[in-house]
Amino acid sequence: MSETTKQSASRLAPLFERLKGENRAALIPYITAGDPDARTTVELMHAMVGGGADAIEIGVPFSDPMADGPVIQAAHERALKSGLGLRGVIDLVAEFRQRDAETPVILMGYQNPIEAMGVSAFVDKAASAGVDGVLTVDLPPEEADELVAAMGERGMDPIFLLAPTTSAGRTREVASKGSGFVYYVSLKGVTGAANLDTDALAAQLEDIRGACALPVGVGFGIRDAETAGQVGQVADAVIVGSAIVRLIHEQATAAGGVNAQVLETVRGFLAELRSALETART
Amino acid sequence: MPETNSKATVGATGAPVDYASFPDQRGRFGDYGGRYVAETLMGPIEELTAAYEKYRNDPGFIEEFESDLRDYVGRPTALYHAKRLSEAYGAEIWLKREDLNHTGAHKINNALGQALLAKRMGKTRIIAETGAGQHGVATATVAARLGIECVVYMGADDIQRQAPNVFRMRLLGAKVVPVDSGTRTLKDALNEAMRDWVTNVDDTFYIIGTVAGPHPYPMMVRDFQSVIGREARAQMLEKTGELPDQVVACVGGGSNAIGIFHAFLADESVELHGSEAGGDGVETGRHAAPLTAGRPGVLHGNRTYLMEDDNGQIIGTHSISAGLDYPGVGPEHSWLKDIGRVQYAAITDDEAMAAFHEVMRCEGIIPAIESAHAVAHARLLAEERGGQRILVNLSGRGDKDINTVAKLEGIEL
Ligand SMILES: Cc1ncc(COP(=O)(O)O)c(C=O)c1O
Repeated sequence: MSETTKQSASRLAPLFERLKGENRAALIPYITAGDPDARTTVELMHAMVGGGADAIEIGVPFSDPMADGPVIQAAHERALKSGLGLRGVIDLVAEFRQRDAETPVILMGYQNPIEAMGVSAFVDKAASAGVDGVLTVDLPPEEADELVAAMGERGMDPIFLLAPTTSAGRTREVASKGSGFVYYVSLKGVTGAANLDTDALAAQLEDIRGACALPVGVGFGIRDAETAGQVGQVADAVIVGSAIVRLIHEQATAAGGVNAQVLETVRGFLAELRSALETART
Repeated sequence: MPETNSKATVGATGAPVDYASFPDQRGRFGDYGGRYVAETLMGPIEELTAAYEKYRNDPGFIEEFESDLRDYVGRPTALYHAKRLSEAYGAEIWLKREDLNHTGAHKINNALGQALLAKRMGKTRIIAETGAGQHGVATATVAARLGIECVVYMGADDIQRQAPNVFRMRLLGAKVVPVDSGTRTLKDALNEAMRDWVTNVDDTFYIIGTVAGPHPYPMMVRDFQSVIGREARAQMLEKTGELPDQVVACVGGGSNAIGIFHAFLADESVELHGSEAGGDGVETGRHAAPLTAGRPGVLHGNRTYLMEDDNGQIIGTHSISAGLDYPGVGPEHSWLKDIGRVQYAAITDDEAMAAFHEVMRCEGIIPAIESAHAVAHARLLAEERGGQRILVNLSGRGDKDINTVAKLEGIEL
């Protein structure tokens, strides 16, 4: 632990505070760091902010992404070819921060890379780089005490998942250990699955809000401006993953890499999503 | 499940250990185990835990499980004094004949137990992962018998090297789904089965094939497999009047090993040895021996010893035996290693193959290549100590492996 750096608090709470005033949901895109290569990840992050992302979720490549569907699994495999690990991902966030001090950044990944690095070394390095929150997919609140405590000391937000299978009792436990926001997995399934039922979603969010005061982000199954707009009517944040990962992969494959044209396409897609959120509640 | 003798004994720390009290409520064996899964699975896992807690002591459930073990699986399996092998190795070798079980391995003990539980929970679909195909065959078998739909995930590479078992599963009516991601072996099949489970939690029961996964699996699979050690311990006493000096079992995920070890944990005079897959030799890095050469981490729902790189990425394993080709190990083994109750060693492909032939030539038994690792380990212990009474768990038969053996010898079948 370094004694000198007293970390300023996470950028997430102020973001949700501001958006409440604007009466719109936050747009949070997800990309896997290192896909298609580590060099262009930071450019993609800036392009997404340019298109209207309110925060960015960065996937940490892992050999066994158990909770991910085929699109994001393939992204992890591509990223692993470059040898990018957790330390390297945090370095990319630090690089992003040189040009963007405002946009919250959330790391999303699995527990083993964090264990391998060591919880306190990880939290220290991530906090210093300007990471705001960490979502560890395979770390339910029951197993998260050490990480939650270490992150609390550095003002970072531990972000937990809620699922349709989560009981009200567990929702309260998540609410007490998590901060920033909670991530509602709107479907039973892995990332990239189809079929979102927005009416059912509204009812589910009502139940969650009865047991949890944190903002609720909804992810899984949001693929375009239309679904983003529907979810944005009821959720505090809309998280879009597979659709963006697929778009980047298709464009980059066709262009032989992430070039200016690809960045512009990504920016444009984010702008569409953002404008759907702007009008969702009017 | 009926209790074994689990009287308090003394662990490496000098403190008494009551082995039956593990895991704790959170599924912990010391620092290992637990529940590291995505939120969607927490509800189903709690439901499974509650169902298992309800039925594990239910006389009707126990009676059905035990009568099926007897009449369908063919238990108790024999304890066999391998006299010519004993002579060759210079020790008294006893084989616990799990190869004589219906479907040819210990895997059916657990598949049966979980399938009976699935039925009581009203689940209409069963999924499983498999490496060597033995657990897949066992699961397809019990699913056929209960008339339940069955889907088995299997690494694409394992499908190649265990073709006869793939065909058996299909004949039994199971759907075998090749897994092309990652290293295309057992660990990736497990990932894919978890993904299926997350998607189909309402009607689907996931039968994990070894003592790994999130709590309650390591405990539940151990309980279903511990019949091996209960029988073997009583049979040893009956046939020799004494306990063995050593018990040896191969360790993939560790279910046959836990199954035979458990009844002996409190017997301080009995040494317990687990045989990991040493592949080309631990020093080459091409092996599947996390307890020998790995370090603790989190994979597949539990904290345990793993093979990983500096970034915490799980690394590819190598073993001639598909059933041992796994980068993790059940959390109870990690704990038993740390407290010093069980010793683990890595047995190379070559050592295992030599033992494979020795068992065939001396005893007229085809051992699974997995089980041949335990026999080879017994040989090493015999060379070290001489003259001891060694109980080896012959976890399965090797008919499924003859293609692999033929290929090694350059023979086209
Ligand atoms: C015959 C046999 N023995 C051992 C194993 C390894 O599994 P475990 O360590 O869980 O007993 C397998 C796995 O497929 C097997 O088929």
